[in-house]
Amino acid sequence: MSETVDYDELLTRYEPALGLEVHVELNTSSKMFCGCVNEFGGEPNTHVCPVCLGLPGSLPVINGKAVESAIRIGLALNCSIAPWCRMARKNYFYPDMTKNFQTSQYDEPIAFDGWVDLEVDGQTYRVEVERAHMEEDAGKATHVGGSGRIQGADYSLIDYNRAGVPLIEIVTKPIRGTGAKAPEVARAYVAHLRELMKALGVSDVKMEQGSLRCDANISLAPLGSETLGTRTETKNVNSLRSVERAIRFEMTRQAAVLDGGGKIKQETRHFHESDGTTSAGRSKEEAEDYRYFAEPDLMPIAPGRAWVEELRATLPEPPAERRARLQSEWGFTDIDFAAVVNSGALALVEETVAAGASPAAARKWWVTELARRANEEGVDLDELAITPSQVAAVQALIDAGTVNDKLARQVIDGVLAGEGEPAEVVESRGLVVVSDEGALGAAVDEVIAANPDVADKIRAGKVQAAGALIGQVMKAMRGQADAGKVRELILAKLT
Amino acid sequence: MGLTADDVARLAALARIQLTEQDCAELAPELDVILESVASVSEVARPDVPLATHAIPMSNVFRADVVTASLTQTQALSGAPEEEDGRFRVPQILSED
Amino acid sequence: MSILTRSAADLGRAMAAGELTSEQVTLACLDQIAALNPVLNAFLSVDGDAALVQARAIDAHRAAGEELGPLAGIPIGVKDNFCTTDFPTTCGSRMLDGWVPPYDSTVVARLREAGLVIVGKTNMDEFAMGSSTETSFFGPTRNPWDTDRIPGGSGGGSAAAVAAFMVPLAVGSDTGGSIRQPGSVTGTVGVKPTYGGVSRYGLVAMASSLDQPGPVARSTEDAALLQQVIGGYDRHDSASINQPVPDLVEASRATDLAGVRVGIVSEFKGEGYEPGVLDRFEEAVEVLRGAGAEIVEVSCPSFTYALPAYYLIQPAELSSNLARFDGMRYGLRAGDDGTKSAEQVMNLTREEGFGREAKRRIIIGTYALSAGYYDAYYGSAQKVRSLIQQDFDKAFEQVDVLVSPTTPTVAFRLGERTADPMSMYLADLCTIPSNMAGNAAASFPAGLSEGLPVGLQVMAPPMEDARLYRVGGVLERTLEERWGGPLLATTERLDGTKAVTA
Repeated sequence: MSETVDYDELLTRYEPALGLEVHVELNTSSKMFCGCVNEFGGEPNTHVCPVCLGLPGSLPVINGKAVESAIRIGLALNCSIAPWCRMARKNYFYPDMTKNFQTSQYDEPIAFDGWVDLEVDGQTYRVEVERAHMEEDAGKATHVGGSGRIQGADYSLIDYNRAGVPLIEIVTKPIRGTGAKAPEVARAYVAHLRELMKALGVSDVKMEQGSLRCDANISLAPLGSETLGTRTETKNVNSLRSVERAIRFEMTRQAAVLDGGGKIKQETRHFHESDGTTSAGRSKEEAEDYRYFAEPDLMPIAPGRAWVEELRATLPEPPAERRARLQSEWGFTDIDFAAVVNSGALALVEETVAAGASPAAARKWWVTELARRANEEGVDLDELAITPSQVAAVQALIDAGTVNDKLARQVIDGVLAGEGEPAEVVESRGLVVVSDEGALGAAVDEVIAANPDVADKIRAGKVQAAGALIGQVMKAMRGQADAGKVRELILAKLT
Repeated sequence: MGLTADDVARLAALARIQLTEQDCAELAPELDVILESVASVSEVARPDVPLATHAIPMSNVFRADVVTASLTQTQALSGAPEEEDGRFRVPQILSED
Repeated sequence: MSILTRSAADLGRAMAAGELTSEQVTLACLDQIAALNPVLNAFLSVDGDAALVQARAIDAHRAAGEELGPLAGIPIGVKDNFCTTDFPTTCGSRMLDGWVPPYDSTVVARLREAGLVIVGKTNMDEFAMGSSTETSFFGPTRNPWDTDRIPGGSGGGSAAAVAAFMVPLAVGSDTGGSIRQPGSVTGTVGVKPTYGGVSRYGLVAMASSLDQPGPVARSTEDAALLQQVIGGYDRHDSASINQPVPDLVEASRATDLAGVRVGIVSEFKGEGYEPGVLDRFEEAVEVLRGAGAEIVEVSCPSFTYALPAYYLIQPAELSSNLARFDGMRYGLRAGDDGTKSAEQVMNLTREEGFGREAKRRIIIGTYALSAGYYDAYYGSAQKVRSLIQQDFDKAFEQVDVLVSPTTPTVAFRLGERTADPMSMYLADLCTIPSNMAGNAAASFPAGLSEGLPVGLQVMAPPMEDARLYRVGGVLERTLEERWGGPLLATTERLDGTKAVTA
């Protein structure tokens, strides 16, 4: 596919519509319908039991915590909570599904009719949430032979450890009116969901591990048209950056097809991280017949008012209020604060501040230095191998005068390269601003002078009392002194 | 009603059962008889009749979020027609779901 | 009296008194199975050595002075759709030929805990789809009363095993009559407890909202003892009722029916019912009246629609339940020659693994659930289900129990109905409403018609299983006094079946 269409130009003729389906894996201790551990990885087929293996005779029982999480997610998305709903069977055959039906929800989702407001480049966009429903994850197939991809493989191997992990699927109504900002709005929406799930504590939301997955439906219609165009569904969009790239690519691709007089085929497309393109998957022209029906092995779910209100009381601060609070607490200008939000660094900056850094320093690291590195590596900010507390520790090294800004970047390099905590990197790379013996001697003299009784004890031969003085010298030197050297100096001066 | 052999072929494909054209042709009239005799349900299923699924209405039957023992890998794979590296080995999967 | 013909309750008492050992009882049963199974094909698998090991272990516990339950040491047969870790669980299907589950069903786990000795697994219609045990991949089971006739289905193996004195007890599962109708045509007691009364965990599902495990026995008291062992709350079955099991044994020992109101279902007589069946039914009703019951006639008009609605709901649910049999994880895998795709192998496996009736029902069920037909079929059928429940509710405002013949005819001949699915389905005409409504129901021996057993069906409201046992117990004692012993004792007098008597 040659990209002959200019992105900005296509928007003078076409109006994009988006539909986003986000799957969130809940971080419950056990699976959706059985007591197997809900844990990423593990030896293949060791987190399975008769229920999640779909063995004949086994029966599901709903994990109450998963329902609770679903309701909290629904409430956080401003949804109505169904007073009564059921699980349903979605029937289709696929080897990664142990029962050849997925236990899901159909026309009775637990949460529906919600919305979220997003701010992109100073403008607010309201994304309407059609529904959030509960379902179970499937197993994982590895394709053997050929290229290791599904096409041309000789056979496949299946691990069902993931089968039955609780999922919440959040589906938007068509998002229109975003124009050129469609990719950014989509990214902001997914970033918002991720932030929300984190704040709710219901999911690890690690896109790289698949605990938050996004499918993007995209269509173009002639500008001013009331009806939506034919859509494609792009799967496998596994980072915030990919959400933006995939949508941008699809818009350009579809415009090229339409410009050439072609028709968009309703199909599943797969996003390729490597080159930012999508390729055609399964055609969806013939609608699947999933033969949904209410799951007879499970009883209805009827969240009472009292329960829902109890859960509502556990919700974290709403995102808009939280943002307003943080901006005022941090004293950021609108521009500075928007930079934090748009780079997806809000939670990271917040945690860095909580770990002791100043807001300005935390913002500087995440929005400039670390954002640049994430961009270079083609990953999202929070996928970088550095934690907010490590960033705060680096800043503390600067504040303490142990390293300067230039050395601090080298400390970051070391942490990102997996060399350990910032202090360890300073040590192993010899980055510490080492004081000479004179500086240490002065500190020792000061401590001795301040503690004459301890000094007397040492002079009287109680060498073990030196420990108390060493501690005080270390404190005075902000931990950057060599403890052995300090001991030597103290003993030399007093014995 | 008139269930045709083509209908049977479509349903068999949905239900993943390999049937020959002859099987479909034989099954169609058999199934048609059954469908005709069950069609009477729609006579009494007036719009005001509620749907029922279970004898004893129960709701909110939940389990606590507690981890219980899983099978061992050997037990999990004990019925597998083929296995490899602790996984179920299956023929090539042609299309993505 | 020989060990074989004694009731489980009686054997339990004798063992407790030290007059008999489980080993002796188990050996007697194994001998009877060895002698008769080649003719009857009631058991699909038997493990005599393991059974004797278990029996001796129970005897040792008893000798050590341990307090054991009333059925400890009693041999039992288990329908082959209950998962067992020590026997294959085939469901009578080629699909699961040789499959040994890595877990025990709750029913089986409870049998083991109570010290029952599982001697083997009993034959059944494939995945419980049938009323004659003729759709079993492993060949039909024959009726001990007349080996040219069917033992009912789907649980023909359990009923025949108990009727032929191979075991005093068995467990079955009842989706549309699969415990009661075999009970009726073999002269045994078969109970379908209230839905949710006995856990379905580990029972290979046919139709989830209808399936219910239950006891198969030669006496009402034995059935009650067994239901008390297997019944009660199980957290692994979401439909399990979290209430204590009432004292069913006590109920089975009732001596009269004073104050009990019995309703005759008007819809279940007339055309299609054999005169001999109706005669025995009326006599049984007179017995109940004689015991003090008040008899009234009750109309349940929606019961007429129970059969058609059942033949939509049941195939719909089973089409989904049986989807997992695809040759990927367990059971048969067909056509995997290295060139075919997973999808092709699934298609071939399901073609080879399922018999004709299974395919018929899967396709009907697929149709009933498919887009465009759902409302007309599955949706309507669920509404009929409501109407049936309403009829039951209304009836149980007037009466304590309802009665009808269990099935319209005595045991028919092998092959007589296999070519005509609808005629086969009619065998469950009277039993289906209780599955649709989920209430308790049972079949008790009511005598013979042309030398073959006839059953009386008793239906009680949900959770009122004790009423079944009360009515069944009184009927049984009165009729046995008349007959001079249990109905099954008369099998000796039947020509050609001497080989199958104790």
